[in-house]
Amino acid sequence: MPSFPASQMIVGAVFLLCAATTVAGALIAALTVRIIRSVCGLVICCIGLAGLYYFLHSPFLALMEILIYVGAVCVTIVFAVMLAEPEEPVRDDKRSAAVLWGGLVFLICAAIFWGLWQLGAQQDWTAPVSRLSDGSVAAIGKALLTTYSLAFELISLALLVAIIGALAIARTGRTDPHVSEAAREFDEAKRAHSAGLTPSDLVSRQDAGAPVAKV
Amino acid sequence: MTSAPLPDQPEFYLTVAALLLVIGVFGLLRRRTLIGMLISGELIFSAASLNLMAFNRFKAPDPTAGQIFVLFIMGLAAAEIAIALSIIIAVYRNYRSVKTKELSELNG
Repeated sequence: MPSFPASQMIVGAVFLLCAATTVAGALIAALTVRIIRSVCGLVICCIGLAGLYYFLHSPFLALMEILIYVGAVCVTIVFAVMLAEPEEPVRDDKRSAAVLWGGLVFLICAAIFWGLWQLGAQQDWTAPVSRLSDGSVAAIGKALLTTYSLAFELISLALLVAIIGALAIARTGRTDPHVSEAAREFDEAKRAHSAGLTPSDLVSRQDAGAPVAKV
Repeated sequence: MTSAPLPDQPEFYLTVAALLLVIGVFGLLRRRTLIGMLISGELIFSAASLNLMAFNRFKAPDPTAGQIFVLFIMGLAAAEIAIALSIIIAVYRNYRSVKTKELSELNG
């Protein structure tokens, strides 16, 4: 037993704080209206999740969670939010329909949670008789380069393809900003005017390009 | 309930993971923009990772397997985010909107 007084309680409190941070961040991410707050909720959720990974005896994954999710994924989403300015649209459908739909979704989610909870928490899973390794960073590194070397190479290939693919997709439709300003007005006039779409409409819409960011 | 302290109970982690999954599904059905749906998808990924890590810590004979699996999930999620965000930006260039109700050209 550790000698520091009440250390068990402090550890328990930190653990509960991590779990509460995770759930609260997820709630913020799912329930807020403005999308930038939702991204911040995802950041909070990932920080709490990193704490939970630490309690699960995996400081390496806690570090990776912070590095990849908070440092890369959320920052990329913030950039996309700045480029695409997605304001959550005002609810234009009927109030009763929205309430009905929300209640239905809530019921489905509650049913999923109840089923998972029954399955996971009430079941008596058998514990292993012995451990093959200690799960340290050294053991992870050895396993990555021996047992999982093929998967390791494959994921590096997948990441390379994803980077090139993202560049190729995001590149299409970029035009000169002066041209795109005129094209945007033309396009808006056409959208206001048109009821049906002809092939020339589609082509012009393709060529119209975008005003990238207004800031 | 068992007498082990809370960080050593697998049921607690499984409950948190189930909560994350449910919140993610709820957000996925509720959001009306593509980026919001993407964020909810990330919550679902996190739920799967936490579940795997809990079983890895308490019930698996080889504790490295689950960690490497979760590491691969993170890498694939990063790749998925990169592709999805570039698609979203391309969609915004063509439609000037990422609202899911307006992207209905293939709706017939």
